[in-house]
Amino acid sequence: MNQTSKTQWTKKDLLGLRDLSAEEIELILDTAKSFSEVSQREVKKVPVLRGRTVVNLFLEPSTRTRVSFELAEKRLSADTISMASGGSSMSKGESLWDTIANIEALKVNLIVMRHGSSGAPHRISNYTKVGIVNAGDGINEHPTQGLLDMFTLREIKGKIKGLKVVFVGDILHSRVARSNVWGLTKLGAEVVICGPKTLIPWGIEELGVKVVHDVKKAMEGADAVTLLRIQMERQNETLFPSIREYASTFGLNTELFKLAKPDAILMHPGPVNRGVEIESALADSPQSYILKQVTNGIAVRMAVLYLLSGALKDEK
Amino acid sequence: MSADEKLVLDAGGIERALARIAHEIVERNQGISHLALIGIRTRGVFLAERLQQKLYEIEKKEIPVGILDITLYRDDLSEIGPKPEIRETNIPFNLRGKVVILVDDVLFTGRTIRAALDALIDFGRPKVIRLAVLVDRGHRELPIKADHVGKNVPTSLEETVIIRLKEADGRDEAVISGGAEK
Repeated sequence: MNQTSKTQWTKKDLLGLRDLSAEEIELILDTAKSFSEVSQREVKKVPVLRGRTVVNLFLEPSTRTRVSFELAEKRLSADTISMASGGSSMSKGESLWDTIANIEALKVNLIVMRHGSSGAPHRISNYTKVGIVNAGDGINEHPTQGLLDMFTLREIKGKIKGLKVVFVGDILHSRVARSNVWGLTKLGAEVVICGPKTLIPWGIEELGVKVVHDVKKAMEGADAVTLLRIQMERQNETLFPSIREYASTFGLNTELFKLAKPDAILMHPGPVNRGVEIESALADSPQSYILKQVTNGIAVRMAVLYLLSGALKDEK
Repeated sequence: MSADEKLVLDAGGIERALARIAHEIVERNQGISHLALIGIRTRGVFLAERLQQKLYEIEKKEIPVGILDITLYRDDLSEIGPKPEIRETNIPFNLRGKVVILVDDVLFTGRTIRAALDALIDFGRPKVIRLAVLVDRGHRELPIKADHVGKNVPTSLEETVIIRLKEADGRDEAVISGGAEK
């Protein structure tokens, strides 16, 4: 057929955007573009992963990501099983190690894994032949979310290089922000991070981003703004005085968003806390692409699963 | 055309073959209402667009053209290593009740057409699906036959049939390459 395709995918795992080259990220985004059409068909299913089994191992709560992965798998015709920590033997004291070994013994091809500890999927991936997709590890990375944010951005703006992309909120606990920072800087975007000092990881400038503490200043000339929720569940110390004070200082409203470019887009990985990081009316405004992100998530995850399945060594 | 290539159809030959296929399509369907063309990527798409133009010249009516990428339906997807590039499928009309003419450049093993048929059915239920190809080179591995053929070209398995079209390659020709010297 044609030999024009440039980059080839060779990795069995998707652990983070930190490990990917700009070309690999672009390959995923291009592949996702083709898959986005599948979800608009009458029969939303293609026979790509027929006979393959995918286990969704979600050891931390998730609705959006889990449902999105499950739909992506089903639309690729894979057989899927979803497990949560509560209903599994992990609640009887089984280690993650043993759980993975048991899943592998069941002849599973791919594991989509969410774990509360940063680096958990990376450790596991070295010891198993099963392909591992990181669906969020602690505060480290959430690569498919980063990819779908970039996909949405590229879809609407036509490019990523040279765009000014601003992240406002709890960067410290945000794996979404980290994946975005790795990916966007590799593709040549200008990334600006904004939030209270206590919620910005120390030394993040070394990743090539600009840190601003004034929301008004951050908005200037922005092509896209992504808001991040305050992750109360990950905080055991007081990092800011109160939710109310946070909302009045860093919460984005229609007025503030007008300081960005007139055609700027607003994104949010969800779940949205209306009235805290975002004014309700703004979340529902025409410039908000929050639900578009959700739709795009399926195509991006289909692309990732498709590409990874090509690198798996099958026992025949 | 390089040294080991043998010309099968020149630009005029391709032009005449497509003109004849267009007339066959009109005759067989007694007009072209309910008709749709779907080209298989890459060169089938260009051929489908040319057929659309020819049908317009005959019947003064524009019929829709769709683009089909069959990669996701290939029967060797689980066997090959790194996954092939997927390009967009774009069928911007409803297939239900339509007479669909599937268009490809070369008919060989029939596996591409098998994949295309599976893909088409996922988009809806056409009334009829017919197949038009520029070159039929034989060696079928599946029970598939074309309804409209530009030229039947007997080949050996060692040979390759190459179709070049202006839209992608700058000129129009069909050639057989390889096999002869061995």
